[in-house]
Amino acid sequence: MAEIKAVTDATFEDDVLKADKTVLVDFWAEWCGPCRALGPELEKLADEHTAKIEVVKLNVDENPGTAAKYGITSIPAVFAFDGGEKVHASIGAKPKPALEQEFAQWL
Amino acid sequence: MTHQMPDQVHDVIIVGSGPAGYTAAVYTARANLSPIVLAGSVTAGGELMNTTDVENFPGFPEGVMGPDLMMNMEAQARRFGADIRNEDATALKLDAPIKEITLGSGGTLHARSVILATGSAYRELGVPGEKQLSGHGVSWCATCDGFFFRDQVIAVVGGGDSAMEEALFLTKFASKVYVIHRRDSLRASQIMADRAKANEKIEFIWDTEVIEVRGDGKVSELELRNLVDGTESTLDVSGLFVAIGHDPRVQLFADQVDLTSEGTVQVEGRTSRTSLPGVFAAGDVLDPHYRQAITAAGSGCVAALDVEEYLADTADTDAAEAHQTPKVDVAAG
Repeated sequence: MAEIKAVTDATFEDDVLKADKTVLVDFWAEWCGPCRALGPELEKLADEHTAKIEVVKLNVDENPGTAAKYGITSIPAVFAFDGGEKVHASIGAKPKPALEQEFAQWL
Repeated sequence: MTHQMPDQVHDVIIVGSGPAGYTAAVYTARANLSPIVLAGSVTAGGELMNTTDVENFPGFPEGVMGPDLMMNMEAQARRFGADIRNEDATALKLDAPIKEITLGSGGTLHARSVILATGSAYRELGVPGEKQLSGHGVSWCATCDGFFFRDQVIAVVGGGDSAMEEALFLTKFASKVYVIHRRDSLRASQIMADRAKANEKIEFIWDTEVIEVRGDGKVSELELRNLVDGTESTLDVSGLFVAIGHDPRVQLFADQVDLTSEGTVQVEGRTSRTSLPGVFAAGDVLDPHYRQAITAAGSGCVAALDVEEYLADTADTDAAEAHQTPKVDVAAG
């Protein structure tokens, strides 16, 4: 399974906001148990829907600027960005089928 | 008969992976029952995965981190051959002698016995604003979200050990933590209550309930009501952590096994036997009262021993029936 690409405060604009595809950003941290649980589910999601979306992750500890800009107060949080705009936010660790349902219109 | 026999029928499937599920796995694996544990796709390890120090689990004089304890339990179950899968059970058919479990990833499993160890889910306040602001200042996981409230004023609702643990953890980040509780005394254990009361960042608001969470896209204030004199007031906070207890997670099988008036799975006396033969329960899902890691582990052990006995008894019955079958055939022919 492909490793999910990490984005940073420095690369967020190019990798997420200016991306051609819809991008799901996983806001996470080392110390967050549910974030670790969500990781493998997102990898599966990314692998299956690679034609339509890209999935990336942003460590909120190391990239406080982006986390603050988008008002992150709860992780894991998965935000969908389309054309530079945040179009959907999913809070909490959810199984792949639940994520697919929630992000259905972009998959 | 057109009924198709399943490919493989396992001896026991354990649904859930907290201390109850993993203890049941250790015991059934050591009894050579080759248990399958459906640990959950994102919930493996259960509630303790979101805690920090566990100080009251015997055998750890210095305490143990919740996630470490659970990973140790998992490793111990694996050592004896338990098949632990990060999978969700999405449907259960429990009434026939062979139980059927549908998996979240598709596919079904069959087993002669099932241990329900699905634990409990945190309770919501059920007040206006709570759902809309969930993830935007309203949280159920201090270890996940405390980080985002550095130097801010926040509140915890609840009066039990979980609430005290969250409040104490949050003082590492927040400048002030209000603890809002419906009564004038705590349910929490003495040691946790003393610690919370001694912490200068924590201030208690007694006899009070939260009646509304307000904020424009993010929590900014709570509307409170004093339960003694009925007066209402506003409290400025940027975060609200809800720790008011848990409800047993019974949705998957509530229409199949009997429940108690408290919504937990009904079991027979001190056993783990539910109202259906071959279906057993362990941990928080049957326990409205004690709800400790150690009581859950103990109840997982009980369920494993009950499963062993059940399988031995049904094997005896099957053998006896098989022995009689030829005679029946001869008579019929």
